[in-house]
Amino acid sequence: MEKPLTHHIRDDKRPLDLKEYEKVGGYEALRKVMKGMSPKAVQDLVKESNLRGRGGAGFATGLKWSFVPMDVPGPKYLIANADEMEPGTFKDRILLESTPHQLIEGMILSAYAIQADHSFVFLRWAYKTAAQAITQALREAYEAGYLGKNILGSGYNLEMHLHTGVGRYMCGEETALLNSLEGKRATPRAKPPFPQISGLFGKPTIVNNVETLCNIPHIVNKGSDWFRTLSRTTDTGTKIYGVSGKVKKPGAWELPLGVTMRELIEEYAGGMQDGVKFRGALPGGASTDFLVEEHLDVKMDYTHVAQAGSRLGTGTLIILDDKTCPVGFVQNMEHFFAQESCGFCTPCREGLPWVDKILASLDLGEGREEDLKLLDFHTKYLGPGNTFCALAPGAMEPLQSALKYFRKDFEQHVHDHRCPWKENGHR
Amino acid sequence: MLSTAEIHEIEEAIKVVPVKKAACIEALKVVQAHRRWISDESLKDVAEYMKMTAEELDSVATFYNMLFRKPVGRHIILVCDSVSCWVMGYDKLRDQLIQKLGIKYGQTTPDDRFTLLPNCCLGTCDTAPAMMIDDDLYKNVRIDQLDDILKKYS
Ligand SMILES: Cc1cc2nc3c(=O)[nH]c(=O)nc-3n(C[C@H](O)[C@H](O)[C@H](O)COP(=O)(O)O)c2cc1C
Ligand code: SF4
Ligand code: FES
Repeated sequence: MEKPLTHHIRDDKRPLDLKEYEKVGGYEALRKVMKGMSPKAVQDLVKESNLRGRGGAGFATGLKWSFVPMDVPGPKYLIANADEMEPGTFKDRILLESTPHQLIEGMILSAYAIQADHSFVFLRWAYKTAAQAITQALREAYEAGYLGKNILGSGYNLEMHLHTGVGRYMCGEETALLNSLEGKRATPRAKPPFPQISGLFGKPTIVNNVETLCNIPHIVNKGSDWFRTLSRTTDTGTKIYGVSGKVKKPGAWELPLGVTMRELIEEYAGGMQDGVKFRGALPGGASTDFLVEEHLDVKMDYTHVAQAGSRLGTGTLIILDDKTCPVGFVQNMEHFFAQESCGFCTPCREGLPWVDKILASLDLGEGREEDLKLLDFHTKYLGPGNTFCALAPGAMEPLQSALKYFRKDFEQHVHDHRCPWKENGHR
Repeated sequence: MLSTAEIHEIEEAIKVVPVKKAACIEALKVVQAHRRWISDESLKDVAEYMKMTAEELDSVATFYNMLFRKPVGRHIILVCDSVSCWVMGYDKLRDQLIQKLGIKYGQTTPDDRFTLLPNCCLGTCDTAPAMMIDDDLYKNVRIDQLDDILKKYS
């Protein structure tokens, strides 16, 4: 089983420095491209590879790049979205901390493909080890002539900077990220114009997830046909999957796209802890719909998870077990979303705290019959199309699916005037 | 007044962006790094330097979780309260910290040593429960380790 993104990562996770990265084939893709591949050829290769964005939405990377106007003069930007803050998600951290040069090489290649002359790594403040690793790697890359003016004698120029954020979930939303980089509040922008046309400082801009970008050097080196063979399904490549919750061995692993949830939980995460049973899982962070027992054999790729009524999202599973209260579980997330709502549009700003309060009152045993209807109402009212960005619809995904699969638990909270899990000494 | 060191660092940040104002978050970070938090006085100084009104700059400053507009202690404890840590029982960790330090979330110990804050997912959910103290990340935190951990920060 090939693991292009992580096979070179050391057991102790210390970052590979430039020499070490070069020893495992690092910057060969950059040399190849600088020697004589056109930007268009790189774009086409990525299109053929069928790589889909690993930031959550799964948008086709090559297609996204193709919207950038190539013939306009003036600056263009490429940004690595390293703001990882989706609850339950810890995959980009691994790449950022242990293999910073892979990201930088992926960024240079991607920037070249759209002929960007400036790039930023937008890094979450909490990732201190990653900040050190990237700072060091940037210095080395500049010294080696992989960044700056006339890269490897090709005439192509690229500057790259590390920007560490100051904490807000919304900074991960790509247009809010641009506002934050411009020194503004991280509220989203109206689309169109799309960032590819008018992004950072009004210039054409591509924002890609860290894991997406890390795939580019390998696609350039080994080709799109190879990339297609990595997965088990028509969604191509590998994915860094993760599992957290009450399993024996929580962790993250790079695996072919299309492994099943059962394999992830049983083979890789060592199965459920003794004394607890699987009840459900969010397949890709807090803003995805629950999957339950009947979905254990669903192939974890974009297409199949969508068919099962959820989204692959970030590919990091959060497990709900039978000793954990689904109402409390969902309330924890809705509280997060209510706090992190940027307050820009009314349904989200007013609706999420309402949802949070209703769930808290259910948890305290103060829920009323009509509360469940109110929750149902919110899942529609805050759903796609009714809010300015995807935060609120994302927040409704775990709630609507919990109301579907665990409705009896919600009803029991109302009828018994208490949380049954608390009674038993569990949560 | 901004110090020479602060001005130097702010100028470095301005170099990276095409519009001066775009470096205002960086400027606030610089001031916070030097003074622990951003007082009204500091905010006004930064605003003046960045050619912004204090109101405009404050609308940015108050938006972000990690820019502190109130005094904080020498060390900041951030307890992850997001879902995976919740499932793994972070509440016991939180309660112990509250008890040991004698303060609630958002407060600072009277000796100015610690400020205790809740925080969203720290991106290490496979090692829940997690917390950070300043730049240090603590994974799989057990309550019986807390005394030894806190001892490191004076
Ligand atoms: C509220 C919110 C938070 C997001 N946070 C992140 C994030 O931390 N990292 C990320 O890569 N994408 C995040 N996204 C998705 C980005 O908007 C964008 O789709 C992604 O960075 C595109 O990269 P990709 O095409 O490579 O997947 C977030 C979206 C929303 C609505
Ligand atoms: S949906 Fe929420 S986060 Fe998105 S713009 Fe509206 S208020 Fe802001
Ligand atoms: S939920 Fe605590 S680290 Fe992710």
